[in-house]
Amino acid sequence: MSHKPFTPPPAGSRLLMSGNEAIARAVWDAGARVAAAYPGTPSTEILENVARYPDLYSEWSVNEKVSLEVAIGASVTGARSFCAMKHVGLNVAADALMTLTLTGVVGGLVIAVADDVGFSSSQNEQDSRFWGRFAHLPIVEPADSQEAYAMTLAAFDLSEKFNTPVILRLTTRVCHVKCRVDIGERAVKRAAEGFVKNPSRWVMVPANAQKRVPEVFAREKALREESETTELNRLEPGADKRVGFVTSGPAYMHVRETFPNAPVLKLGLSHPAPLDKIRAFAGAVDTLVVVEETEQLLEGEIRAAGIAARGKDILPAAGELPPYILRKSLVSLLPELANADETSPVALKVFPRPPTMCVACPHLGVYYTLSQLRNVTIAGDIGCYTLGAGHPWNALDTTICMGASMGMALGMDKGRGPDDEKKKIIAVIGDSTFMHMGMQGLLDIAYNRGNVTVLLLDNRTVGMTGGQDNPASGRDIHGDEAPRVDFAKIVESLGIAPEHIHVVDPYILPTLFKTLREETKYDGPSVIITNRPCVLIDEYKQEPSYEVIEDKCTGCGNCVEIGCPAIHVTRREKVVKPSGKEVELAFTRIETAACTGCGLCLQPCAPDAIKPAVPTFPVTVV
Amino acid sequence: MKTTNILVVGIGGQGVMTASEILSEAAISQGFEVKKTEVAGMSQRGGVVSSHVRFGPRVLSPEIAPGEAEILVGFEAAEAMRWCHYLRPKGVAMVNQLRLTPPIVSLGLFDYPDDPVAAIRARGVETHDFDAGAIARELGDLRLVNTIMLGAISDHLPFSAETLKNCIIARFRARKPAMAELNAKAFDLGKAAAKV
Repeated sequence: MSHKPFTPPPAGSRLLMSGNEAIARAVWDAGARVAAAYPGTPSTEILENVARYPDLYSEWSVNEKVSLEVAIGASVTGARSFCAMKHVGLNVAADALMTLTLTGVVGGLVIAVADDVGFSSSQNEQDSRFWGRFAHLPIVEPADSQEAYAMTLAAFDLSEKFNTPVILRLTTRVCHVKCRVDIGERAVKRAAEGFVKNPSRWVMVPANAQKRVPEVFAREKALREESETTELNRLEPGADKRVGFVTSGPAYMHVRETFPNAPVLKLGLSHPAPLDKIRAFAGAVDTLVVVEETEQLLEGEIRAAGIAARGKDILPAAGELPPYILRKSLVSLLPELANADETSPVALKVFPRPPTMCVACPHLGVYYTLSQLRNVTIAGDIGCYTLGAGHPWNALDTTICMGASMGMALGMDKGRGPDDEKKKIIAVIGDSTFMHMGMQGLLDIAYNRGNVTVLLLDNRTVGMTGGQDNPASGRDIHGDEAPRVDFAKIVESLGIAPEHIHVVDPYILPTLFKTLREETKYDGPSVIITNRPCVLIDEYKQEPSYEVIEDKCTGCGNCVEIGCPAIHVTRREKVVKPSGKEVELAFTRIETAACTGCGLCLQPCAPDAIKPAVPTFPVTVV
Repeated sequence: MKTTNILVVGIGGQGVMTASEILSEAAISQGFEVKKTEVAGMSQRGGVVSSHVRFGPRVLSPEIAPGEAEILVGFEAAEAMRWCHYLRPKGVAMVNQLRLTPPIVSLGLFDYPDDPVAAIRARGVETHDFDAGAIARELGDLRLVNTIMLGAISDHLPFSAETLKNCIIARFRARKPAMAELNAKAFDLGKAAAKV
């Protein structure tokens, strides 16, 4: 990625900012010295933006656990530190988190965790607020960009005041919503006082760790008292006392919009919950309704405290809670909403438009080849190449989490029954996912002599999140040169025999096919590394485009099977073959303005009907 | 004054998000509170993008509910059709006639609607359609489509067309000065095309 010089707008500026941009600014304004993250939707832009600010260290870490550990290391030296991740990232970092809660912090440490409420780009929709309960940590929940800015600053203060890491819980509607933000003065940068040796604090062996447990409980008690008085938890009176709402995060905005006259208790520090405050609030309204995204958490705690509350009995426990859902859900309590449902207009039927791989994506050749193989099981992973599960390839059989393709492929091999005896097991993983959590799995395959063929798709970037740099790109978060990993060497060191390691060009289908067929025949572990860059990064160089010569196209449809979005079917025709079999022909054209000349579609074209295009118009990617 | 709701829709890579960002900046310059949000997901990969822009004296929820948009800006015909139920009964649909068929249609698994614009018009909303791509091609750069679309809706906003145009020009002056003049022209042509 190219990185432009950036002058931070002065204090007092009023800017249109996403939540992620506002958090980045607050991290800088809070005087943090270290910020780390692994990219993940919807959190990616936080570190992308932090990295633009001068005078602090920022990095792309290889995974979320490492990013948290980097932040912990900085904190124990006294520096304010920060890390950001998507919800599932905290699962990876949880091992560090669950003991960090015992040690506490020196310099303020804020962990931003972005939940993908609504499943825009994730494998699950877990509610990260649970971590506050599990790890006994405070949860701070902004509702929009302005709050994201203010609450990030507040989170650093809380962290130092209570000697605790703080979880800044975000959702897609905070991260990616843009609104006006007034930015303030930058704090005097906290001096890092230096690491002070103290084994009973920093060496968490059982004897030391055990002694920290009472301190964690005492801290939680103190935080609960803070929660009762902090301005982060705000009571907004309202004239219509039939229903009073307790809510947090973007759900607050939806509640406020839908019920302008209702009393609302808005929780910014939502864990530990201010139960006394909630009890008093409940006493002043007819019915207390808890509106929380996504699961029933606060509501359960409120009821456990003996306070009557409604919530998930009328509201969905998954997905977002926008105004039209709130209106529908509250009908039993507010009868005037009864008509809300009927007035909602119905959508017209239009074909689905699922995400696809890009024009000339190097993964196209891989998935076309995989789709031609018979009797294979393909364990997949997380990245653009997960799209290989879709049409036209249908060549990816499993996806669980980052790195799972390795372990699952080995398990499929070792656990196979008589029906799977002859099946070839293939694992597909991208460069970034491999470094994130796949290397360990491959080591396990090598060590335990699994009969698995691994396809390591090295496109030298983190593709799905928008092309961030990583150790495969050979550039750091600022775009500066950094050591580039050598996958063939890593793989060999892990124990794969050199003769079963191949680096292939994914645009050359015959080689790819032959290598895959040979290695799947081999009864042992092998790795095939593809070596073409993602088409969205600077390293990609496009070639002159191609076109279909209409007279020569026989409608075989082979080019359509590549799955390139630049190839369009112009007409279909049913014909009866001499054998009596009816087949459908598909005549095609190439959108030359979009084609970047990878040449994949030429290779299966039966009549040799695809030729270099005569340029008619400057090339623009659509 | 109430909140103005504008829904900008299209396909990842078409510049939908840039267009809604410019609209938001223009609204902020007029002293409005603004919220802009996307349902984008993995949209960089050719998927659906719908960007919600809301502005007014005070804006809370960032999302426009079905039936509540004043203006629908469709960068692609079928996408405009997909989202047209978000328009108010008296809303305005501004549709680029461009038809982009996804691989799923090329594979014969689904059909592209015969006449998306007619389907939108049949709902009784004020519907304008024109070929923004042709104008962009005429000007020599397909990326101008989003400025053309902004020009096209500029007479339907609670602030002047000039305000929006100046915002676009200022943005390009700051980022790509060579493109400022061309974008001003694209804006005017879009504005004129929408009137036909």
